[in-house]
Amino acid sequence: MDTLLLEMKHITKTFPGVKALDDVTLDVRQGEIHAIVGENGAGKSTLMNILSGVYPAGSFEGEIIIHGESCHFHTIKESEQKGIAIIHQELALVPYLTIGENMFLGNERGSYFRIDWDKTYNRADELLSMVGLEESSKIAIKDIGVGKQQLVEIAKALAKNVKVLILDEPTASLNDSEAKKLLDLLLEFKSKGMTSILISHKLNEVSYVADRITVIRDGQVITTMDKEQKAFAEDEIIKAMVGRSIEDRFPKRNIKIGEVSLEVEHWTVYNPINQGKKICDDITINLHKGEVVGISGLMGAGRTEFVMSLFGKSYGQDISGTVRINGKEVHLNTVQQAIDNKIAYVTEDRKTNGLILSKPIMENTTLANLKAISNHQIIDPDLEMQVSKDMVAKMGTKCSSVLEDVNNLSGGNQQKVLLGKWIFTEPEILLLDEPTRGIDVGAKYEIYTIINQLAEEGKSILVISSEMPEILGICDRIYVLSEGRIVGEMLGSEASQEAIMTCIIQNQKGAKTS
Amino acid sequence: MRHSLGIKDSMKKNSMLLVLIATMILFNGLISASGRGSLFVPANISNLISQNSYVVILATGMLLCILTGGNIDLSVGSVVALVGALAGTLIVNLGWNIYFSIFICLLTGLAIGAWQGFWIAYVRIPPFITTLAGMLLWRGVALIILNGLTISPFPEEYLRYFNSFLPNTDDKARVFTITFVLGVIICLVVIAYTLFNRQTKKKKGYQIEPLAYTIARIVFLSAAILLVASLLGQHKGIPVVLILLAVIVLGYSYFTSRSVPGRHLYALGGNEKAAKLSGINTNRVLFFAYANMGFLAGVAALVGVARFNSAAPTAGTNYELDAIGACFIGGASAYGGTGTVGGAIIGAIFMGVLNNGMSILGIDANWQKAVKGIVVLAAVVFDVLSKKRVKSN
Repeated sequence: MDTLLLEMKHITKTFPGVKALDDVTLDVRQGEIHAIVGENGAGKSTLMNILSGVYPAGSFEGEIIIHGESCHFHTIKESEQKGIAIIHQELALVPYLTIGENMFLGNERGSYFRIDWDKTYNRADELLSMVGLEESSKIAIKDIGVGKQQLVEIAKALAKNVKVLILDEPTASLNDSEAKKLLDLLLEFKSKGMTSILISHKLNEVSYVADRITVIRDGQVITTMDKEQKAFAEDEIIKAMVGRSIEDRFPKRNIKIGEVSLEVEHWTVYNPINQGKKICDDITINLHKGEVVGISGLMGAGRTEFVMSLFGKSYGQDISGTVRINGKEVHLNTVQQAIDNKIAYVTEDRKTNGLILSKPIMENTTLANLKAISNHQIIDPDLEMQVSKDMVAKMGTKCSSVLEDVNNLSGGNQQKVLLGKWIFTEPEILLLDEPTRGIDVGAKYEIYTIINQLAEEGKSILVISSEMPEILGICDRIYVLSEGRIVGEMLGSEASQEAIMTCIIQNQKGAKTS
Repeated sequence: MRHSLGIKDSMKKNSMLLVLIATMILFNGLISASGRGSLFVPANISNLISQNSYVVILATGMLLCILTGGNIDLSVGSVVALVGALAGTLIVNLGWNIYFSIFICLLTGLAIGAWQGFWIAYVRIPPFITTLAGMLLWRGVALIILNGLTISPFPEEYLRYFNSFLPNTDDKARVFTITFVLGVIICLVVIAYTLFNRQTKKKKGYQIEPLAYTIARIVFLSAAILLVASLLGQHKGIPVVLILLAVIVLGYSYFTSRSVPGRHLYALGGNEKAAKLSGINTNRVLFFAYANMGFLAGVAALVGVARFNSAAPTAGTNYELDAIGACFIGGASAYGGTGTVGGAIIGAIFMGVLNNGMSILGIDANWQKAVKGIVVLAAVVFDVLSKKRVKSN
């Protein structure tokens, strides 16, 4: 039981401007379930991408040793040959192919010019029964649910004679019973001698299945806990996950909170595809003028979905609840109506949902408020140029000119363009979704400064962030969201990372036993 | 800071225009060398314009569709046939009032465009499928209307709106004088407009480009206008259809570059999700692009029947490919969001010069097709590579 199957030694990986992993050493024993926990962005996924060859040998420092043999993976295929299979958070299945076809994709049975379909489907059915799926392997992936798709991914890994199964947040999109089933399956595999690495930030799940837990924070291994030495204590894990000081990373501001500007009551939203699934469940919140309010919660808690459904029903169906702005009830059925009511939504995904990358800063800046630079639907190009330059100066965006394509800017500067685009709509209420995701510390500070300025001007700001120090550092008040419900509300001055985490985890436990 | 466009940047921006000019010079050399006259014979320039009027009109409409996300309209050739057949029936067979018939024809084009736009924008049927169906459907309807026969000739009253020349006189000296003077007037308007713009910019305190660039542009534009005017003046004057083309091209150019709905087209093609979250009604934009394409196909049909003086069941065959080709040659992106009306027009003229030049050279029609295929690819490859090179610098 104690033989080492896998060792990763002194792994250091830098991305431009960021050290994602800093001298990480990890060992995995034969036949254990080893959990890796950490906050979003701590470096868990990067580490697994290195192990599975997504980041090829040479692009990082350090050594990977499997069964005492040093390995250099240049492609995913090479790591698969050594028995390493990774199942990503976003499933990599082709929806219109059958389960069987998906399972043997790139690993087809038979010869190059003649696929042996009988062998394919027979083997697929065998593997499916191993993971407890009763579906025929001949039905299409799109016809089965996400939970079952996850099991297909595992069966696919088994088809490749996997020795180490890596699961990246496998339960993020599953409901409780599906998650429980998956975790039990992992335990069953363990009893048969399979080794697994589980990446998760759901501590209750991790405590349930793991033999050892490694905590990663800011790209470094903080500690590795062993169940046999000492039973896992969640508060210890939390402390290890989040324990860092947050002084000086956030600029100060004069807090002057005015009257209530936005009230949302009994807001309920259903999943746009899966009709029965509630994404937001009876959410009631309010926002004051000059106030920065945070929504904290884990990935998949429904934070983005909540604000998007608020912003002109850009997400979900069967939306119910009331919205009042400055005490007056409003109906926000389209994005334009939301904009007209002085609401701005700065998306978490600036590349996909926020900016037109192939267009210059200027066109991006004015897109949501062309009215301001046009007269009878005719754009004044000189005015457009001028307002864009003013906005670039105001935001401190670094660029050669406003005619530069957004594509060529760094993440931090793109974020400033996106924020500037929405500030140009002159909003009173700003919904900021992960306003500092994927940008460096310096740019973060600048974004915080802008947020502070906006609050001092009397605007109401709602911030969603997965980084708890950020929420604690900039928010006056914090709502805790878990599984679509508000499970806690605390003042920024009274909140702590432990308090938020405890709030979330207690709620998860409650959901699990029910 | 980049205050102005460097020579390299303007080369990059206008690389297709340079290709066009080079092609014209090359053909002119070949034609002169083979003793067949010149590409720039007055009658030939006039001919070139009327020959390619339909491509210019269709390419303008097609560009709007392509801007929305690389979507194309395969049905335009069939719509041209159908509206042409309708025009023939109404004007020749039934003898209806010409203005009323033109109105009905344009309305029909618009209705067809709206029909296709509805399926594409609101039901989200892929444009390729919708317009492929339209290509078959409208061709079929045209054949039914014509019963497989060609309708001709059209009344002189109709033809003169498209085929005649201004000024309408036989006095050669007068034709030249008036045409040339008109050219000079247009030049003066362009110069006045450019300088006026510059002045207002200065007054409002906006940044202006160096005077040398403004002057260079004015000189180039004026030279081109005067050259065309003098060539046309030596023939019969200004073709009426050129005025129609100018109105369409300038109108749509202004629309796409300066208007809010025009900007929405680019935004939709650049990133539909971002456009939606910016409050743009993307369905309506997409619907508009296709409805407009139907309308312009109607216009092209009216021009086409006048030029051929007949409404034929085979009219408009492969027009869609000419229009699509013109847009892509002119630098439109196959993924949408990039491209200009001006570029599409340069592409259309390029194709026209290619056809015309090879015909004058007496190249076999089958060879013409093969050569055209290679040259079109080569032109776009050159364009793409030159842009890449400038970018990497």
